[in-house]
Amino acid sequence: MKLLNIRTGLISVLALAASVGMAQAKSDIVVAMQLEPPHLDPTSAAAGAIDSVLYSNVFEGLTRFGADGAVNPGLAESWEISSDGLAYTFKLHGGVLFHDGSTMDAEDVKFSLDRARAEDSVNAQKALFAGIESVEVVDPLTVKVTLSAPNGSLLFNLAWGDAVIVAPESIENIKTNPVGTGAFKFANWVQGDKIDLVKNDAYWGTPAKLDKVAFKFISDPTAAFAAVMAEDVNAFVGFPAPENLPQFEADPRFQVLVGSTEGETILSTNNKMPPFDNVKVREALAHAIDRQAIIDGAMFGYGTPIGTHFAPHNPDYVDLTGMSAYDPELSKKLLAEAGFPDGFKTTLKLPPPSYARRGGEIIAAQLRAVGIDAEISNLEWAQWLEQVFKGKDFGLSIVSHTEPMDVGIYARPDYYFQYDNKSFQLLMEELNATTDPAARSALLKLGQKIISADYVNGYLFELAFPTVASAKVMGLWKDAPTQATDMTAVYWAE
Amino acid sequence: MGNRNLILGAVLTAIFTGAALISMIWVPYDITVLDIPNKIKGPSGAHLLGTDHFGRDILSMIMAGARTSIAVALVAVGIGMGLGVPLGLTAAAHKGSLLDELIMRGNDLIFAFPSLLIAIMITAVFGASALNAIIAIGIFNVPVFARLTRSGALSLWTRDYVLAARVAGKGAARISFEHILPNVTNLLIVQGTIQFSLGILAEAGLSYVGLGAQPPTASWGRMLADSQTMISFAPHMALFPGFAILLTVLGLNLMGDGLRDMFDPRLRRVRG
Repeated sequence: MKLLNIRTGLISVLALAASVGMAQAKSDIVVAMQLEPPHLDPTSAAAGAIDSVLYSNVFEGLTRFGADGAVNPGLAESWEISSDGLAYTFKLHGGVLFHDGSTMDAEDVKFSLDRARAEDSVNAQKALFAGIESVEVVDPLTVKVTLSAPNGSLLFNLAWGDAVIVAPESIENIKTNPVGTGAFKFANWVQGDKIDLVKNDAYWGTPAKLDKVAFKFISDPTAAFAAVMAEDVNAFVGFPAPENLPQFEADPRFQVLVGSTEGETILSTNNKMPPFDNVKVREALAHAIDRQAIIDGAMFGYGTPIGTHFAPHNPDYVDLTGMSAYDPELSKKLLAEAGFPDGFKTTLKLPPPSYARRGGEIIAAQLRAVGIDAEISNLEWAQWLEQVFKGKDFGLSIVSHTEPMDVGIYARPDYYFQYDNKSFQLLMEELNATTDPAARSALLKLGQKIISADYVNGYLFELAFPTVASAKVMGLWKDAPTQATDMTAVYWAE
Repeated sequence: MGNRNLILGAVLTAIFTGAALISMIWVPYDITVLDIPNKIKGPSGAHLLGTDHFGRDILSMIMAGARTSIAVALVAVGIGMGLGVPLGLTAAAHKGSLLDELIMRGNDLIFAFPSLLIAIMITAVFGASALNAIIAIGIFNVPVFARLTRSGALSLWTRDYVLAARVAGKGAARISFEHILPNVTNLLIVQGTIQFSLGILAEAGLSYVGLGAQPPTASWGRMLADSQTMISFAPHMALFPGFAILLTVLGLNLMGDGLRDMFDPRLRRVRG
């Protein structure tokens, strides 16, 4: 009898819980992505996965990227630029609290920027801060940044995940317990599985609509497909298997957003390693490659062909695909002129993503057709960073450069593809010193043409950014103007 | 019964060995040439088993894959026998000595690790390639043959004809090779067939996780891995290489069983 009572009681409690759940819109979400961050400090590592979880959600900068890639005000509500373009005075939002309860003020901004640009800084994008001469605290809500030369992209640079504002009080444990100012607070990290964020009730801006966000890490494409199909995850950002997208599109439970990215996918070429130090050989490579076959074969049609290192959705993009049109006969001729009538042997080192692994097989077959024998080796990310990115021990590689507006890497002769062209370096210096939009646009266009004419790398396609989500999830970013999964405006439709 | 197994096994093995041999001189389509516009087509007159995600002919891939699998497994079993058999003979000839202990405990050490784990470890350390897969699979074959040879040889060392040879003044090494080895050959052939099928499975497993033969060399395991995300709309891409592995391994196992029954009817009775 007693047992029966307990049971009926339990059932009524369950029924009550269910009805409560029905009445309110869902307030938690599980978002999956492929790569797990190595740690949680966006200001000390190049890993994009850190920003994918924390950017805008937990950490904010003085400026921030919007869903369309525009630079919007962040922690700075306004700014003034001196007439010589050397001094930026930022007015900060008042009443901004870090998640640990301390106030965010000008001292924190000075600390963050000085830390990022310090001699011993481990910031992965120190070049962003290179032109800053000093950071001064004018009053608790005003910061003055002085540059050594005018820099037209300072506001853009400060929007990067590498330039977010951190507090000296919490910096010591930032890698495991990130404390920022964002609309979500870090709650928990189960390594190898997920990171939980909870809503920050003391947020200074528009509050988040969700109470809980769990980021789950699923690296295997098959497991990703199964997790979405079984609705174990509510959204998968950067879905790794383009071949499965048509199935999701045909299923009314899901929505598929195919957005643009800043990911220029290139056949990275070691410009210092013979025979690639010869521009004729690089030109031959460019003409040996059939981009459309790679997009169709490796990406199942998702991707936009590019002819230079620049995002096609950018207004300053120049379509230079014609410079490196598919022409195997011309390629053979160029190889013969360069002294390799019978081709040569080289290495093709591929990181794990399917664009690289599948694209690599296709490119190897295309190169074989003109006599170049590219020996494929498949590497894990850690090995790839060690051998290719740091060790520069490679002939060819395939990788997607997902940082926004990163054409500046071609001005760094020590960057892994080792392109060293004085005139391009001078051009980038000029660009950094130019603030006039029309002049900047002209310089950017010229820069694209220089690297395209030098055939620095094989330019393949702009990576598409597929997001598969439950049809009821609203407010997700379609495009990926930077590495971010901004959940601040996401909600469940009823 | 045993005879039927043997014939069925031999036929299956012959089919795949034949396919591997033919692929050396002829395949229906060149598998190093990709034909992207014709990707993921089901079986048809032009492509009997359909095409894969790069438009390659799956029948040609399976034929060339048979060559990779058989070559890797054959050489690996060769390494296992070449090292394992002399080790086993030596251990048996010096039973109870320090040398015997060293050899057999060394074997136990390799045995202590799951075979595929060793293979993954070796290929992860020395890089993924068909050669390293051969070495890896070969190494875990060594203790199998060493143990088998030792146990077979131990029972032979007490035989009268061995005793006679010893009386005649023959050394341990000479007895091992002239009297012991010929009498354990049956055991070795049977075990070799079984290990051969395990070698094919191991090669497929290593290729599946990307540690076996690298593209453009065809490999059944990699065909399976490539088709994994497409299985829901292109099942033929996974089914055909899957069947190839299944039938080859089944054929070799049946043949191994059949051979054992043929060589040693007593064993069949004992094992039921």
